[in-house]
Amino acid sequence: MAEYQHHEHDVLVIGAGGAGLRAAIEASSAGVSVGLVCKSLLGKAHTVMAEGGVAAALANVDDRDGWSVHFADTMRGGQYLSNWRMAELHAREAPDRVRELEAWGALFDRTDDGRILQRNFGGHKYPRLAHVGDRTGLEMIRTLQDYGIHQGMEVYMEHAIVALLKDGDRVVGAFGYDRERGRFRVFRAKAVILATGGIGRAFKITSNSWEYTGDGHGLAYEAGAELLDMEFVQFHPTGMVWPPSVRGILVTEGVRGEGGTLTNSEGNRFMFDDIPDLYKNQTADSPEEGWIYTQGDKEARRPPELLTRDHVARCIVREIREGRGSPHDGVYLDIAWIKEKLPNAEEHIKRKLPSMYHQFKQLADIDITKEAMEVGPTTHYVMGGVLVDADTQMSTVPGLFAAGECAAGLHGANRLGGNSLSDLLVFGQRAGRYAAEFARENENGTIDEGQVEAAVAETLAPFDRENSGENPFDIQYELQDRMQELVGIVRNEGDMQKALEVIDELRQRAQKVSVIGNREYNPGWHTALDLKFLMIVSEAVARAALERKESRGAHFREDYEDKDEEFGSINITQHRNEDGEMVINRVPVQSIREDLAAIIEENR
Amino acid sequence: MATANFRIWRGDGETGDFENYSTEIDEGMVVLDAVHQIQAESAPDLAVRWNCKAGKCGSCSAEVNGNPKLMCMTRMSDLPEDEAITIEPMKAFKTIRDLVTDVSWNYRAKEKIKPFKPRKPDAEDGTWRMDQEDIERVQEFRKCIECFLCQDVCHVLREHDLHEEFIGPRLMVHNAALEMHPLDTGDRLGDLKDDQGIGYCNITKCCTNVCPEEITITDNAIIPLKERVVGEFYDPLNRLLRIFKSKDSDEPA
Repeated sequence: MAEYQHHEHDVLVIGAGGAGLRAAIEASSAGVSVGLVCKSLLGKAHTVMAEGGVAAALANVDDRDGWSVHFADTMRGGQYLSNWRMAELHAREAPDRVRELEAWGALFDRTDDGRILQRNFGGHKYPRLAHVGDRTGLEMIRTLQDYGIHQGMEVYMEHAIVALLKDGDRVVGAFGYDRERGRFRVFRAKAVILATGGIGRAFKITSNSWEYTGDGHGLAYEAGAELLDMEFVQFHPTGMVWPPSVRGILVTEGVRGEGGTLTNSEGNRFMFDDIPDLYKNQTADSPEEGWIYTQGDKEARRPPELLTRDHVARCIVREIREGRGSPHDGVYLDIAWIKEKLPNAEEHIKRKLPSMYHQFKQLADIDITKEAMEVGPTTHYVMGGVLVDADTQMSTVPGLFAAGECAAGLHGANRLGGNSLSDLLVFGQRAGRYAAEFARENENGTIDEGQVEAAVAETLAPFDRENSGENPFDIQYELQDRMQELVGIVRNEGDMQKALEVIDELRQRAQKVSVIGNREYNPGWHTALDLKFLMIVSEAVARAALERKESRGAHFREDYEDKDEEFGSINITQHRNEDGEMVINRVPVQSIREDLAAIIEENR
Repeated sequence: MATANFRIWRGDGETGDFENYSTEIDEGMVVLDAVHQIQAESAPDLAVRWNCKAGKCGSCSAEVNGNPKLMCMTRMSDLPEDEAITIEPMKAFKTIRDLVTDVSWNYRAKEKIKPFKPRKPDAEDGTWRMDQEDIERVQEFRKCIECFLCQDVCHVLREHDLHEEFIGPRLMVHNAALEMHPLDTGDRLGDLKDDQGIGYCNITKCCTNVCPEEITITDNAIIPLKERVVGEFYDPLNRLLRIFKSKDSDEPA
């Protein structure tokens, strides 16, 4: 029998980005014992990379804002496929969650009268994003971390979870290993919260870190939970494209919020050429109107660069495909031009966008206060994830909760910028509260040694295999290449059928992967173990995208270029059946409560 | 494309040696890209800690040609071409494996620092008012990405191994961020003087020089804290006042 250490908590939180930390803080404050597992060191999770801000209708900059406008913006952005109850809770509770961070030490940028400053962002009608320059995520995760470590939770740094443990239908624990020494751990818990983030590492060009291997999605799927909306993967319109080694690194939407423009090789501001009907009456008629909007003119409408991410990304792809791209297959994003408008533009840019200034200076030798950046779409976020109850965040498996990016429902077909940081605060808090409640109402389950032994065997298998010549890195790279090519921004039936064959083939090759060395901090081994969940999420994305025979939000099919009314009222769910196959269901969108429908109408 | 040669430290906390590797370098590559390429090509068990690869998380700290650096922000084109590039783990911390060090001490030490304690809200809705001007000083400190490179070069930790007596520049910056926070009411000066060893810093500014976030650690954080400690404990009038103050120090602000 394999050796492993036992740990016991009322609530186990897997993932220590914003959602996991917020959940752990909430559960701790409810008086239950909490374990917090992070794949990296504490405070390094992907939240740290969020730049632009956290969306909350504080109405500090424009008093016409309020939760109902935020709600309507979110529903419109999600093309009405969002779970309306989640969108309501999110819009109502985000302001309190942001103010609470200030009570825990966060220092957001200020308005002239000393309140939290808010900036413009794509798809938000009013300036709504509380921010700290362009490093908002760092401020949030550090605030949660520094507050959290004094709340009594136990933190397991550099630990990865490879399987959930079940007692009958219910999740009662998890099995994993510590990355530093490779020791096995069994966590017994009355409730488990998944807060593992996204799946960006399934694609080649991504703004996501190595951690984003779809662990929560995969763990939930294997435990029998339903996944929702997996066809909707957000490609952020502006990632770096040059030099090659930094391709995909994010360039914040805040650049456009501060007045940055998108132009093609002919110098044309192409975003003015294609404005969707849903947004026509909210979008500026002229460059001048757009500029004064970014400078706070309340009568002006927003420039087309601040349309939703799905649309901007597709317009950029169109420009590149039609031969009007920049030298390295991108388009130009120009903030330097504002020197025509502002006397102290150089200082202004450095103060508003310090990280972007440094990022381009250090990695690409470009001074963004003097010249335009080259940018193109990069895999950024998955709207799809674990299907959860809107109020409690519990999945379809008792005892298993999910929050943040690995949960689904809030963002529908497309997420608005700034809504992820607020998502992880609002639903992290809710998951923590209801998981603690679940833990108080339920006894410990029984850990089945057979399940543990099976997980041990699977985890050790790459060491036990004869050297087959299969290298885990090669398989990961190939999966990323093929997903990018076949299930990327522009999709069609043939490509995605091909993708399913490729995934199948790679999955078989992954079964033969062997690794060298020992269990101490062994990247080859870790990469081999990450492959399983990457395959699951890749298959889920491809199958859901095949099923949705229309174009909507982030999901664009060149063989079905238009929206389809029938699909407009359907969400796609996926689960594993008893034979281990992925089953797809079309689920009607829940009919919306009357008062919320009225809010949407008022805000059309 | 050109081939670059590397000497990379391989080993655990007890033993180890430099091993030679070479790999092809493409335009714009950073040191971390080269390490990953070596991993994929010839050394799959080469341990390296990293995460965002964008200079935002502070995970990939190491010593490149003897200089403490984030590997993800160190471009190959900035290093000399004619000699092998040496990469080794941070020296102020025990090595776990290859380029990965045990930085857990930083987390334990941080937990001992008194947490943020705000004054009562300024407005009835439970919020505060602060001027941008008054928070900029602290926002500089809060740019810290906890890469621990400043801890790595601090001679008190690196050469003298006084981790038990001195919390190091990173945690001085953390203290400064709390002490100078416009809303904070906590008092950490006694701890700084007694438990956290602020007197050990003799302001050589090595920490400031290596900070990838360009935080002026010594001038803006440590020296002002030193002045506060001196003012609090060595100024005769303050010593007297402290005797009175200590009576109500536990009252909420």
